[in-house]
Amino acid sequence: MDKIIVENLSITYSDGVESLYDINLRIPIHQITALIGPSGGGKSTFLRVLNRLNDLADVTKTTGKVLIDGIDILDPTLDVIALRRKVGIVFSRPLPLPLSIYQNVSYGLELMGEKRKSVLDEAVERALRLAELWDEVKERLHDPANSISGGQQQRLCLARTLSLQPEIIMLDEPTSALDPISTAKIETSLIELKKDFTVIIAPHNTQQAGRIADYVAFFLHGKLIEFSSAEEIFTRPKDNKTQDYISGKFG
Amino acid sequence: MQTAKKSNVLKQLRIEKLGFSVLTLLSIATVIPIIAVVIYIIYLGAPAISWEFVSAMPSDGMRAGGIWPAIVGTIYLTVGTAIFSVPLGIAAAIYLSEYAPVNRVTQAIRIAIINLAGIPSVVYGLFGLGLFVIFLNFGTSILSASLTLSIMTLPVIISTTEEALRAVPQSFRVVSVSLGATKWQTIWRLVLPQAIPGMLTGIVLGLERAAGETAPILFTGAAFFLPRLPNSPLDATMALPYHLFVISTQVPGMPIQIQYGTVLVLLVFVLIMNIIVTMIRSRARAKRQW
Repeated sequence: MDKIIVENLSITYSDGVESLYDINLRIPIHQITALIGPSGGGKSTFLRVLNRLNDLADVTKTTGKVLIDGIDILDPTLDVIALRRKVGIVFSRPLPLPLSIYQNVSYGLELMGEKRKSVLDEAVERALRLAELWDEVKERLHDPANSISGGQQQRLCLARTLSLQPEIIMLDEPTSALDPISTAKIETSLIELKKDFTVIIAPHNTQQAGRIADYVAFFLHGKLIEFSSAEEIFTRPKDNKTQDYISGKFG
Repeated sequence: MQTAKKSNVLKQLRIEKLGFSVLTLLSIATVIPIIAVVIYIIYLGAPAISWEFVSAMPSDGMRAGGIWPAIVGTIYLTVGTAIFSVPLGIAAAIYLSEYAPVNRVTQAIRIAIINLAGIPSVVYGLFGLGLFVIFLNFGTSILSASLTLSIMTLPVIISTTEEALRAVPQSFRVVSVSLGATKWQTIWRLVLPQAIPGMLTGIVLGLERAAGETAPILFTGAAFFLPRLPNSPLDATMALPYHLFVISTQVPGMPIQIQYGTVLVLLVFVLIMNIIVTMIRSRARAKRQW
């Protein structure tokens, strides 16, 4: 079943960089879909369309359709707040908010007006467990979030996204600033998480896509070159450019 | 070859040391005048300071007695100025930093604010006289003087607050919005708390200037001699800077230590404001985490 259906999506930025041209794509539910391709090819732009974070950027024109559960999210009358709770994002650098570990995870729920301590406590613990961070921070939940390591901070950011119980989790090169051990922990979490969530990741490198992705989309210069199962892409890509990219001829 | 290289490095180190010494001396030199002024004021003003001086009404044509009404007046004016300028200044800064689109109108507003900061204070005084005292009929009063001082203080508060808000990393705002926050929730819960230390600096700088100004209150609220405390915001009041001007230029046979005693009290007043704000700021900084 397709969670997200993208039809003829084009986006133009006012500076012309990171635009997208006529993207057609169907992202399946409860799978990990990886967006690969050289940087500047439009992967981040694509992710930022799906929860309308692009609203904050200097977008001059958006055309086409993006349906999530059959609802066109580009509709200007859409409740974007609800959309962003449903489609969470983790950024490439660990970006803890200048609050405590606990408050970072409870922030999203408190925005919704949740004040009951028991509910917040429970949600924080659940999210931290899902991100495999609970055991490391349970003794110091009220320490500043920037007092833990970079790898832990990134898992904290994942927990923060999970706290809202989204349906889709997007990760934009989530491990680009992390060491191999932290990277492995994040990847393990993601494979676990796809049971309950639809995961879209712009991986740090092609190998990462190979390790965790079920489906792979190859973006180049704002165009979607190829999309199919990870196995297809890595063993018998249809397009020469995909072949060249995967084999490391450019990148 | 090896020794030549070594002596070259040593020479560069010597030059660097010399450079540092010059810089150190220069920075000490900038502090000397300030220390000299303070010592001079304490030396001449301290003999006048007594419990009576800071708690009694002036007497004998202000040549004796205390300056209590001027102290109270300055406190009233500073608080009055804060009441009008702080909320308005912060609101304007939030608008400019977080909401205002980048276009000619907001550009013009910014330029106007910067220029406002450069206007001589006596111009504010005349403006206050025309608008608040006469046109709005508030009379020569604490209200008129506070409003006039507020207009003078606003540009400082707006520009420092705006800068403090802009210094909060954009990434925090993006993260907050991505978690379903509205713009206002992001500002209220995240941006403002982070900006408080910087905002306080600007607010206090502005209020200190207001507390020490003479020209803006000259026509709008300051009384030459009023041997009682004001009863309402519509009363005129004595104030330290204006009192100082009066006793330094208008009263013959004025004992010099009373003049310098008044200066010393004004200095201590500003110093106390500084200490309070430094304490609040360092507590806020200790909580800040980035």
